[in-house]
Amino acid sequence: MDITFDHVSYVYQPNSPFEHRALNDLSFSVKSGSFVAVIGHTGSGKSTLIQHLNGLLQPTEGKVQIGDYVLEAEGKNKRLRDLRESVGVVFQYPEHQLFEETVAKDIAFGPQNFGVENKEIEKRTREAVKATGLPEDLLNRSPFDLSGGQMRRVAISGVLAMNPKVLVLDEPTAGLDPSGQKEIMSMFSRLHREKGLTTILVTHSMEDALAYADHIIIMNHGELYSEGTPLEIFQQQKALEDVQLDIPEVIAFISEVRKRLNIDLEYKGQTIAELAKELAHKVRGGGDHE
Amino acid sequence: MGERQVEFRNVSFRYQEDMPWVLKDVSFTIGPDEWVAIIGHNGSGKSTIAKLMNGLLFPQEGEILVDGIRVNQETVWDVRKQVGMVFQNPDNQFVGTTVRDDVAFGMENHGMPRELMVKRIEESLSAVGMQEYKIHEPHRLSGGQKQRVAIASILAVSPEFIILDEATAMLDPKGRKEIMQTIHGVQKERDLSLITITHDLHEVTQASRVIVMNQGEVWMQGTPREVFSRKEHVIEIGLDTPFISKLADHLKAEGVSLAREPLNHQELLEELWTLRSTM
Amino acid sequence: MSSSLIIGQYIPTDSVVHRLDPRSKIAIIFFYVVIVFFANSVMSYGVLALFAVGSAILSKVPLSYIMKGLKPVWFLIIFTFFLHIFVTRDGAVAFSIFGWDVYWEGLIQGGAISLRFFLLILVTSLLTLTTTPIEITDAIEELLGPLKKVKFPVHELALMMSISLRFIPTLMQETEKISKAQASRGVDLRTGSFKDRMKAVVPLLVPLFVSAFKRAEELAMAMEARGYQGGEGRTKLRELSIGKSDVMLYIVFVLLIIALFLTRS
Repeated sequence: MDITFDHVSYVYQPNSPFEHRALNDLSFSVKSGSFVAVIGHTGSGKSTLIQHLNGLLQPTEGKVQIGDYVLEAEGKNKRLRDLRESVGVVFQYPEHQLFEETVAKDIAFGPQNFGVENKEIEKRTREAVKATGLPEDLLNRSPFDLSGGQMRRVAISGVLAMNPKVLVLDEPTAGLDPSGQKEIMSMFSRLHREKGLTTILVTHSMEDALAYADHIIIMNHGELYSEGTPLEIFQQQKALEDVQLDIPEVIAFISEVRKRLNIDLEYKGQTIAELAKELAHKVRGGGDHE
Repeated sequence: MGERQVEFRNVSFRYQEDMPWVLKDVSFTIGPDEWVAIIGHNGSGKSTIAKLMNGLLFPQEGEILVDGIRVNQETVWDVRKQVGMVFQNPDNQFVGTTVRDDVAFGMENHGMPRELMVKRIEESLSAVGMQEYKIHEPHRLSGGQKQRVAIASILAVSPEFIILDEATAMLDPKGRKEIMQTIHGVQKERDLSLITITHDLHEVTQASRVIVMNQGEVWMQGTPREVFSRKEHVIEIGLDTPFISKLADHLKAEGVSLAREPLNHQELLEELWTLRSTM
Repeated sequence: MSSSLIIGQYIPTDSVVHRLDPRSKIAIIFFYVVIVFFANSVMSYGVLALFAVGSAILSKVPLSYIMKGLKPVWFLIIFTFFLHIFVTRDGAVAFSIFGWDVYWEGLIQGGAISLRFFLLILVTSLLTLTTTPIEITDAIEELLGPLKKVKFPVHELALMMSISLRFIPTLMQETEKISKAQASRGVDLRTGSFKDRMKAVVPLLVPLFVSAFKRAEELAMAMEARGYQGGEGRTKLRELSIGKSDVMLYIVFVLLIIALFLTRS
């Protein structure tokens, strides 16, 4: 589904001493089927932004359009249920939302609320646990007996079982160990491709933004600071430094190589092996010795 | 009083009789002014080590000596004065209603006189750069700030050892940087040993020694350079290695000879620079 | 962020009333509550009201704010007044309205009770308006101190109160987070029958309890790691001290009692 933010502002607790403008005149659009990373500091408005994607918040000013659903400042926004069925949100530490007696029941909770038939739910549940890499014999266990990593997978399965068209991920790997992080991210990447999802990933990891996204949105103080492809974004090192954001390690290293060794090296998505080959060649003098 | 060190002697631990061992015959020593990083998978026994050091758990076999004193029910309160601990979740270790109350909590427990507390609160909060936040309430602080307060509250008791048990895992990159800077500063200025339990490879490369845990056993230990130069052992148990270390490997495969295992960008760049100028 | 429940609604206007020792405030309010029942003449009520209103003015808390805080009890005060008017059937008839006789005694009784009620609420809300919850906790710990001798867990009680205070904002944030997560999974707390809505509370409460227990466990461990082993041998950073203004308060209060008994009929 296409997503459009049209001059959206959001104010928390308006007309009170605690008034806080979390989004300010934000406009951007996301094409259906793209994988977008939203980056920015804590407090830059990222989490307020994603709460507009399934109508948890409604804009104070402006208009949000997701597929053919429209969220407007003054509108009644009636079809929230349909919107929430189409947009699955995996919140930070999603295992905190588990509550049912068994894993199967918890996964079924979302689809049940949206009136999906039992047979269909069973089918989706099996698909979801397969996608998240949970063994099927866990289905009858209590989610609270599982390890932290497994609980996270159960929670994610619960969102996947809603069969969303848009998947919103709010730091889905926070608190996991590095191998767990990698597994979860490559799973989302695979689902994105296989199911033709539109994926919005909020992340602090520039490495993930570079590895998985095809479009990056940088937020700063509730405003759109910059957007573009990962290559475009991460080439603007200075602009990123200005908002105290890092650049992916590989790009940082390449720019240091250019400065320190005076070698003309560009990042164009090489793997480490390819980069090593190129670098070895240039260090040996193949290329532009001045 | 023995010398200043923590020693694990053939320590084995399990939570219950019928459960598998979490730690199996673990031995190591951590000396004064060391910074030891403990790495390993979730479930490798890293956090159990931290809890044993502080007397939150007691081993079934072997013994743990802090400054030569065996950790047991009788000595545990003295041990806790020497071994401070920062946990993972910033919210769940903040006891006080304000920053200064939280820093005071440990000192109150140890029965320190009030004047000393007031002095130490000032000192330890400025050591972590939080002196401006004395009367702030915890919900007005960021995760990184809360963890800095946690460090300050431990410094205030002036222990010999500080354990950071995945203290940066729940923080954003900015919070992580804050904590790492704080640790560096503290280590330089105070006479203490650091034990960091972590997944963060950047943290690991900065330590003076690394202990790699796997399935409850010490898999390998040495300086970060030693550990990452034998990286096939690290990869074997499914742990990641730093980007720069991977790149160095590929460079070697391309026939570039490096004098030593680089730990950071600077070191690799230096080597490449030398190579290039001698070509 | 959108939730703004303020426990005890402390207003930091930093007045002489704020700086009083919380123990003094609690003790004086206790005695005030007692002596209010001794008033029995217009003058004696006047003396009591003077003290209460005077304190309110000294506290620098905007009067409009205090009145707003009293809103929920206005109804009770007025209700009490009319109840007396209707129920009391003694003495001379003051006037008749719609064929109902209103007696002097009823008017006086109703007025007195309502005024008492008002004064009590005003004075106690002044306590929470000018004293932080943690100060109240400290004061309670001190005032209950003697009970330690009979093995009453005074320290534990105070610690429990202060930890609760510390975690209220945290748990509120958590509640909001979980309810948003469940709303995203199709839970609707706003519409539907009462039964449906009660059912929708379960997915909110269970995770909240689970997380609160986990927090409690971790907090207990962190406290133990920092050397907590109960109240014995513990020193305290927070110290309460009786100052000049406290002494002034006592003097004023003694004068109030004298004035009250002189003006009683």
